[in-house]
Amino acid sequence: MVGDIPIDEFLGEAEDIVDSLNRDLLAINEAVSKKKKFDPALINNIFRAAHSLKGISGLFGFTELTGLAHTLESLLDRLRLGKVELTDDLLDLLFESADMLRAIVAGKGKGQEAPNARDVDELIERLESGEPRPKETRQDDVMSCVGLDILAVLTEYEEHRLHENIKDGMHIIKIRAAFDLATFDEGLTELQALAKQQGEIITTLPSAEESSEDKITFDLIIGTERPLEVVKESLSGRSLTFTLLREGSRAAASQEEGPAPAREEEGKEENEPGAEEAAAEPKEAPPREAGDAGASLRTISQTVRVDIGKLDNLMNIVGELVIAKNIMTQLIERLRAEMGFTELSIELVKNTRTMERKLSELQSGVLEVRMVPVGQIFDKLHRNVRKLSRELEKEIEFVAEGGDTELDKLIIEDLADPLMHIIRNALDHGIEVKAERIQLGKPAKGLIRLRAFQRGNHVVIEIYDDGAGINYDRIKRKAVEMGFFSASAEPRADELIECLFAPGFSTASKVSEISGRGVGLDVVKQNISALSGAIDVESRQGEGAKFTITLPITLAIIQALIVEAGGQTFAIPLNSVQQGLMIQPREIQTIEGREVIELRGKTLPLLRLDKLFGLTPGGNGGKGSGRKTEAAAGEDTGKDVPADARENGEAEKEGEGREIYVVKVGIADRGLGIIVDRLWGRQDIVIKSVGEVLKGIKGIAGATELGNQRTILVLDVMDLMEEAAVSMFSANK
Amino acid sequence: MGKPILIAEDSAVTRAFLVSTLEDMEDFEIIEASTGFEALKQLPRRKFSLIITDINMPDINGLELINFVKNNINYRDIPLIVVTTEGSERDRKKGLALGADEYLVKPIDPEALQEVVMRYLGNSKE
Repeated sequence: MVGDIPIDEFLGEAEDIVDSLNRDLLAINEAVSKKKKFDPALINNIFRAAHSLKGISGLFGFTELTGLAHTLESLLDRLRLGKVELTDDLLDLLFESADMLRAIVAGKGKGQEAPNARDVDELIERLESGEPRPKETRQDDVMSCVGLDILAVLTEYEEHRLHENIKDGMHIIKIRAAFDLATFDEGLTELQALAKQQGEIITTLPSAEESSEDKITFDLIIGTERPLEVVKESLSGRSLTFTLLREGSRAAASQEEGPAPAREEEGKEENEPGAEEAAAEPKEAPPREAGDAGASLRTISQTVRVDIGKLDNLMNIVGELVIAKNIMTQLIERLRAEMGFTELSIELVKNTRTMERKLSELQSGVLEVRMVPVGQIFDKLHRNVRKLSRELEKEIEFVAEGGDTELDKLIIEDLADPLMHIIRNALDHGIEVKAERIQLGKPAKGLIRLRAFQRGNHVVIEIYDDGAGINYDRIKRKAVEMGFFSASAEPRADELIECLFAPGFSTASKVSEISGRGVGLDVVKQNISALSGAIDVESRQGEGAKFTITLPITLAIIQALIVEAGGQTFAIPLNSVQQGLMIQPREIQTIEGREVIELRGKTLPLLRLDKLFGLTPGGNGGKGSGRKTEAAAGEDTGKDVPADARENGEAEKEGEGREIYVVKVGIADRGLGIIVDRLWGRQDIVIKSVGEVLKGIKGIAGATELGNQRTILVLDVMDLMEEAAVSMFSANK
Repeated sequence: MGKPILIAEDSAVTRAFLVSTLEDMEDFEIIEASTGFEALKQLPRRKFSLIITDINMPDINGLELINFVKNNINYRDIPLIVVTTEGSERDRKKGLALGADEYLVKPIDPEALQEVVMRYLGNSKE
C-alpha cells in the first residue's frame, strides 16, 4: 500500500491496462497477418498503456515493472513516431513483453509467483536493441501546414501523424465547432465519430480565444483523402466552419474510393444544400453513426470498477434477505392457519408477494453485475495459442465463438488455467505436424475452435480440435495396467474416457503414450469440479476431440432441493437435480457389490447418504419423533418440486408405503441416484463455506441456513458422483 | 471547505496518489477529472486555486489543456502543474513554453509535490 492506496487498486488498474494492451496487439496482429493497414491509433493506445503502467508502478516502487514498462514505452514511442518498422519479430517481442508484464503484475497479487528477474532483464535488453530507423526531418511541412500556434500544442506523436498524412498526400482540414460548455462532450463525441469516417483525426483542440463563459470552441484537425467540398457536404446541417490547411495530392482518386457508409451519408443529406449556416443548433444525433471514438469515450465515463468483495457482501445481504423472506412466508402460513383468511392476512400475503418479486429482481440485478463476458479469457487464450503454435511450428487457425456469453467473474478467473491446459494438450499432442496432416488428407492448418453458449442455468464451453483424437487402445492398455479393468474386460468408450480423468492416471503414463491426452486432466477436472462444473470428452480416433465444460452461471445464490436422510437435512443444488423418483425396494439390484436400479433401460448407480456419512439409517423409526416436526417447519411451499417427487413426499407423510425416494442427480451425461428419506421442497440458498473441521470430507460443498434458522449441509454432487465412480472402479477390479 | 484544486489525470491510481498527497497537507477541495473533456467542463464551475494535469490523456492532451487555460482570461492566473512520466523532451519544452508553471516527473516524490503546491498556494492569494 502506498499512502492510502491499497495494492488492489493498483492490481485492478494494471490488469486492465495489460488487457487492453493485449487486445490492441491482437488487433494489429490480425491486420498484419491479413496484410491490411491497421489504425495507427492502435500503436498509440499500446504506447499509452505502457506509459500508464510505468506511471502507476513507479508510484508503488515496483522497479522491474517500471523498468520493463519504460523500455517498452520508449520502443513503442519510436514505433508510433515511425522511427522503427513493425516487423513480425518485433510483434512477437511485443506479445512476449505483454506476457511478461502480466506475469509481473500477477506476481504482485497474493499467492502468485513473480517471474525471474533475470528473464525480465534479458527481455529489456532485447527491447532496447530494436534498431531505430534514421529520422527524417519534417518540421517544415508540418509548420507550414498548421502554423506555429497549433504546432505548439501538438504532442510529438500528433506531429508525426500530421507529417505522415501530409506525406501520404492527404488533405488537411480544420473543422471548427462551438458547443454549450455544459454539454459539449456529447456533441463533440458525435462530431468526432462523424469526422472519423472522413479520415484520421489528428488532434482535437479546445480553442481558448473563441470560447466564452458558456460556450466552448473546438478545432478538429483531420487528414483525409476527400476534398474539402465533399467533407463539407458530409457534415452539413451543423454549424461548422471548415478551413483547408493543406491541399492534398490525392484529390482525383478520392471521390471514387470513399468508404461506403460515408457515401450513403452524402446521398442522404444531398437535399439540404447550403445547410452549413442554416442550422444554428446541431441536428439530432444519428445513433447509427456512433463510431469508435464515441464508443470508447462512453466506456470511460459510464462504467465504475467495483471490488468483487463488495459485490460478495451485497450478495450476502441479499441472501440474508431471502432467508428473512422465507421466515416471513412461514409466519404468514401460521397466521393463516391460526386466524383464517382475515382481511389483514390477505393484505399481508399480497404485500409479501410484491416484496418477493422485488427481492428476486434485486437478486438477479446483483447477479448481473457480477457477470463478465467469457471473451475476456478467449483473448488471453488466443494469445497463448499464437505463441505456442509458433514454438511448436504448427500452423493453427484459432476460432472463438460466443465470447459475449456471460459468467460469474469468480468462475471466469478460475477457468483460464483449465482451458489453457486443454488447449495446450490439443496443440502439443492432438494436432499433427503439417506433413502428417497433409498425408492424412486434412487441411495443413490445424483448427482449434472455442465455443461458449448458455444452456438454461449453465454455460457450456466447447474446445474442439481437428487433430488425432483419443487413442482408446492405448488408454485401455494403461487402464488395465493400473488395475482399473481386468485384461479381458471390454470397457465402453465412455468408461475409458472416465479413466482419463482419474487421479494419477496420467502421472504414471508417458505424455506421448496416450496421444497426449491425459496430461494432468485429473487436475483440470478438479478445477472444474471446484466450480461445480463438469467436463466431458467426445472423440473419434483420428478425427479430433471435443471437450465440453458445463458450468453453473453463478455460485453465489442457488436453488436447492431440501432433503432428509439418516435424520439429517441436506440441500442438493437444484441445477444438478434431474428428477425425483419413487421406487420399490425390490427394484434395487446389486451388481458387483453395488446398488443400482434400471431406469429407462439404463443403469443408474445409487448412493445412500446415511451410509456415506455414517448416519443412523433414517427410513424406519424416524417417524413421529420430534425431529420430524422440526424438519417439517423447514418445508418451503414446494411449488416447483417435480410433481412425482412431491406426491411421494405427501404419500410418505401419510405413512403408507415402504417406497424409497431417489433424487436423480447428474451433470452433463452422467447420473447418480441419491436415496433419501424425505423430500422437503425447493428453496433459494446461499452457500457458505464450512469450517476447517468439515473441509476434508468428500461430498460436502458447504453449509447454508434455512428459514427456521437451522444450518444444514449442502451436498457436492460432483464429489458424490466421483465417489460413486471410484467405488465402481474398485468393484470392477 | 479548502481551496479548490483540479486534477486532470486518467489513471485512477495516480489520481488517488495525488489526492492523498494533497490531503496530507490541508483540507483542499479536490475535484478529479479523468479526461481532458471532464477537466474543461469543471473549469468554469469553481474558482480553482491550482490545476494539476497529466500530458497523456485519451481525449485532448495535456498540452492542449495548458494552452486553453493559459490563453483564457478567466483561468490564466491559475497556477498549473504538469505531472507526467518522463516523456519526450520536446513535449516537456512545449508544456513550459505554453505557460505551465511547474513540470514534475513521475514517479513523484510526495514531498516535492507538496513543496511545489505550497509555493503556489502560499503566493496565490491570502
